[in-house]
Amino acid sequence: MSAFSLDVAHMFAGGLVLVSFMMLYQDRLFPLINALSLHSFLLALSVAWQAHIQNTPDLYVTALISIGFKTLAVPMALRRMVEKMGLHREIEAAVRTGLTMLVGIGLVGLSMDLMLRVTAGASVLVREDIALALSVVLLGLLIMVTRRNAISQVIGFMSLENGLILAGTGARGMPLVVEISVAFSVLIAFIVIGIFLFRIRERFDTVDVRALDSFRGERR
Amino acid sequence: MGVMSALLLQLGQVGLVLLVAPAVSGMIRKMKARLQRRIGPPVLQPYRDLRRLIGKDVVLADNTSWFFRMAPYLIFAATWVAAALVPTFQTGLMFSWSGDMIAIVALLGVARFLQAAAAIDTGTSFGGIGASREVMIASLAEPAMIMVTFTVALVAGSSQLSTIAEFMLHSVGLRVSLGMALVALVIVALAENARIPVDNPATHLELTMVHEAMVLEYSGRHLAMIELAGSLRLLLYISLIACIFFPVGLVVSGAGFLAYAAALGAYGMKLVIASVFLATFEMSIAKMRVFRVPSLLGIALMLGLLGTLLLFISEGM
Repeated sequence: MSAFSLDVAHMFAGGLVLVSFMMLYQDRLFPLINALSLHSFLLALSVAWQAHIQNTPDLYVTALISIGFKTLAVPMALRRMVEKMGLHREIEAAVRTGLTMLVGIGLVGLSMDLMLRVTAGASVLVREDIALALSVVLLGLLIMVTRRNAISQVIGFMSLENGLILAGTGARGMPLVVEISVAFSVLIAFIVIGIFLFRIRERFDTVDVRALDSFRGERR
Repeated sequence: MGVMSALLLQLGQVGLVLLVAPAVSGMIRKMKARLQRRIGPPVLQPYRDLRRLIGKDVVLADNTSWFFRMAPYLIFAATWVAAALVPTFQTGLMFSWSGDMIAIVALLGVARFLQAAAAIDTGTSFGGIGASREVMIASLAEPAMIMVTFTVALVAGSSQLSTIAEFMLHSVGLRVSLGMALVALVIVALAENARIPVDNPATHLELTMVHEAMVLEYSGRHLAMIELAGSLRLLLYISLIACIFFPVGLVVSGAGFLAYAAALGAYGMKLVIASVFLATFEMSIAKMRVFRVPSLLGIALMLGLLGTLLLFISEGM
């Protein structure tokens, strides 16, 4: 494997971590959803590149799923949900942004230190992928922990799942990765709807979206 | 290549930065004015301003000390030395061993300290506001700059600008860390030069001004020194970014006359391109609230840290 192809793989995976930080920093809903789109797009690029250099065509399917499902469909659906429900566009963060960023940097450092030690002996690509994937996963968890808004929690979860796929991609000879990816995507769609229904029911004692309209009507 | 010609080249660079700096400021002002559909002052206006200021009497506030009068010269000297250390058209100049990024950060830090201290020395409230804001910005911009230094030094194996430029010119792959370092360095440069999202160099609105508040009490030749130092600092950051990330056109020592002419031309092109970018950027963005600035610089710091961390991954294999 040439140094150039490794550098490109490193660039895409590093870009994923960077976009995770962008999500951590973002405090408005629509840019956050756009960031998720970008995150999934970068993941698709990263997976496609690794399919190319590892010569494993089945990974292209994973990349396609990532583009079609998570870059386009889910963000669009999320956006429609936000618009339909007339949600407040600003996300209230449970912890201050600056502190969150510092914790995020700490997590990245931790995962790199841990993974580079644990995976000593594996191939370069695997080590790099897994170290960066763990940071993406931890950052996704951090997004979920520090946000109070249901949608941003879903977005945190999706970015976490992108990290998992990145980790799966690095491990060669893993045809299951396609199926796992599909299964996860379905699971996520389920969780997206689930959290929404749960939140709405919790607040308005009903799962009907019209409850929001009448709620706004009262305040007007 | 004798000692004399090497010395001459080095002195040429020292003189070049001083000569070019006001023109760059004037060029950016002109471009901004044209973008706003104004005619704008001519490009050479900063030189005329400097001549006028040097000829004028100095008015001193009653309660200023000797420090207030000394500071402009010291600020100018520190900034000039720092600007002259950055390779502009040639790598491996005679004093390039001292052209270290950390030394440049330190020299700029000295200049900033002197300016803030002189601003407090006047005892006016504006000086105090300006100094405290400047230090608040600097306390975040400086670590970010140091992190950028570390990132670049880890890639190139040296923090000496001449070596870095040669390394970047010949043997560098595709590195995401360098992209992050570039963005971080641009943010730091905007903050340190009091450009638009952080501070507006063209206004004296007391709610927002940072840099102008500090130099409000200066007049005459003192103000000329400070203005010139400001232009030099802008030139320094442009040269720094050009030298680290776009070292195209730099010649090594011992090249022929034509090569030097081409290198000078390339440097001029870089200055023009950077001015276009800066003017367009300043036109298309609004100034930030002062209390939002730390989060902007926080991004720069974070990018620097992240760049270094990612480098450890790719180097640690």
